[in-house]
Amino acid sequence: MEPAMQLIDPHIHMSARTTDDYQRMANAGIVAVIEPAFWLGQPRTNTGSYLDYLSSLVGWERFRAAQFGISHYCAIGLNSKEANNPALAEEVLDLLPRYLLKEGVVAVGEIGYDDQTEAEDRCYRAQLELAKQFELPVMVHTPHRDKKRGTLRSMEVALEHGLDPARVIIDHNNEETVEDVLERGFWAAFTLYPHTKMGNERMTEIARRYGSERIFIDSSADWGVSDPLAVPKTAQLMLTRGIARDDVQKICYGNALAAYSQSGQINEQDWLQPASIDQRQLFEGNSVLRGQRARVGDAPGSPDSSATESDLIVE
Amino acid sequence: MTAAQLLSIWLNARLAPDARAWLNESIVRLCNSGDDAEVYLAISLVARKIPRDRLDLTAAEMQAAEALRPGWNPRDWDFDQAARILLLLALDAQPPRLAHCLEQLCITADLRELVGFYRGLPLYPEPARYTARAAEGLRSNIKPVFTAVAHHNPYPSEQLAEAAWNQMLLKALFIDVPLCPIVGLDRRCNAELAQMLCNYAHERWAAGRSVNPELWRCVGPFARDAMIQDLERVFSQGTVTERQAAALALHVSPDPAAQLLLQEHPDLHRSVTAGELNWERLIATE
Repeated sequence: MEPAMQLIDPHIHMSARTTDDYQRMANAGIVAVIEPAFWLGQPRTNTGSYLDYLSSLVGWERFRAAQFGISHYCAIGLNSKEANNPALAEEVLDLLPRYLLKEGVVAVGEIGYDDQTEAEDRCYRAQLELAKQFELPVMVHTPHRDKKRGTLRSMEVALEHGLDPARVIIDHNNEETVEDVLERGFWAAFTLYPHTKMGNERMTEIARRYGSERIFIDSSADWGVSDPLAVPKTAQLMLTRGIARDDVQKICYGNALAAYSQSGQINEQDWLQPASIDQRQLFEGNSVLRGQRARVGDAPGSPDSSATESDLIVE
Repeated sequence: MTAAQLLSIWLNARLAPDARAWLNESIVRLCNSGDDAEVYLAISLVARKIPRDRLDLTAAEMQAAEALRPGWNPRDWDFDQAARILLLLALDAQPPRLAHCLEQLCITADLRELVGFYRGLPLYPEPARYTARAAEGLRSNIKPVFTAVAHHNPYPSEQLAEAAWNQMLLKALFIDVPLCPIVGLDRRCNAELAQMLCNYAHERWAAGRSVNPELWRCVGPFARDAMIQDLERVFSQGTVTERQAAALALHVSPDPAAQLLLQEHPDLHRSVTAGELNWERLIATE
């Protein structure tokens, strides 16, 4: 039997998830996660709550993840929904430079369009400029509604601001957007999110059709009905359905790593040789588990080997 | 010699030329700028400009640190942490502004930064401005943040009021970090703390859990009456290390009953009075 595959979930809102999720993710082979700044399901009404949230992404959540043997990185940005509160947005934009150089910040994100308003456009453009100034990749959230036009517009504006498409990840793609994204040289990420975004049977067909170049997947699991095991389940499903192991590995690990390592803030050695970096020593103090053993050091496994194919489906 | 001069000498002797140039130019810029945003940016940029290696100070450098600031032990300091403190000290002549900037920096800090800022506590001007910040660090559930304040740092023993000091000791035991590296441990022992620690030991015993033998170090100087009975229990039920700890505690107790109890254990009594046994050695051999 081949060794279990190491996996990355490059878009997941762990702040909204439990320690049980971290344990299941580690068991399923996830070695690293990227948590982009987003909203809380309801809009924030003041900058202070945004500031505390960003601080938790570079501080507490990173520490919490390490207790389960998962390396945590984040993207810092003002999301498109809250960009529509101009007073809040202005203050948050001023705050971002204080976070963009922190350890483990791999991108400006997730930013882009929701309703495609003028306010969203202004904030998106301002943050593209920050990405250039701080030499960080960009994680673009594409809208749920009027998706195709929103995706095209996101790319046009990024190019207009002089961003290199090789440093921009277009997220939440589907069958209708993938070709435009790939042909312009951007990274195409797909979100396996039950019922609203991609299902993983569809994703398997996309992998079959487009291969594995510049394509990767994520769960975007958050406070909604979502699945923090979407990446491991999809990796397994792809293998079961005959996608080559090398392609699966790129789609579920290597490509996200290549895209975000352009920040200089995420490196395979962080989890391959954790003992060699003092990051781990810094995080070793363990107060989340309250007396239980940390998962650190346990060998990650694949999803439960007794799982049947129907257990792997994300609709 | 000031702390800033010392840090500057250590860093300049170790940094590559480009990092050195960036750091020194940044210090000059911060000295001449009234813009807090420049402070935040320079201190954030340390992550990109200055390596994270251990300073690995020589014996002579460690002595210079001790001479400048008794109790300050930069043994574990890294280049980047030292550089951030050095940049902050560019505001040395404006203590209120330094305090304001440091508070803002702590609020937005990543973990490496936070640990560094807390390690710097003994070096900031007008130290009484930082008592609330230090107490906040001691409330952290992140062990390295807690120990950045509590260990090898003279600030708590000099600045914390008794209640905050006592909470620090209890929390150290609670999250299982050693007491030995706490500067001023013996000097700041107090009757209230001794009572709290004995109550804590009773809680642990009731739950069938072990008690860190270092706990008795802070009980000893105030051990009377019921506390002597607690130490008697340690003698009768404890491990070798725990019994040695009880002997050390009894030895400094003001209660004559303590000395009588200690004399019932002639071997331990002898090694304590002869100075063969002390707290440092006890922890080292544990």
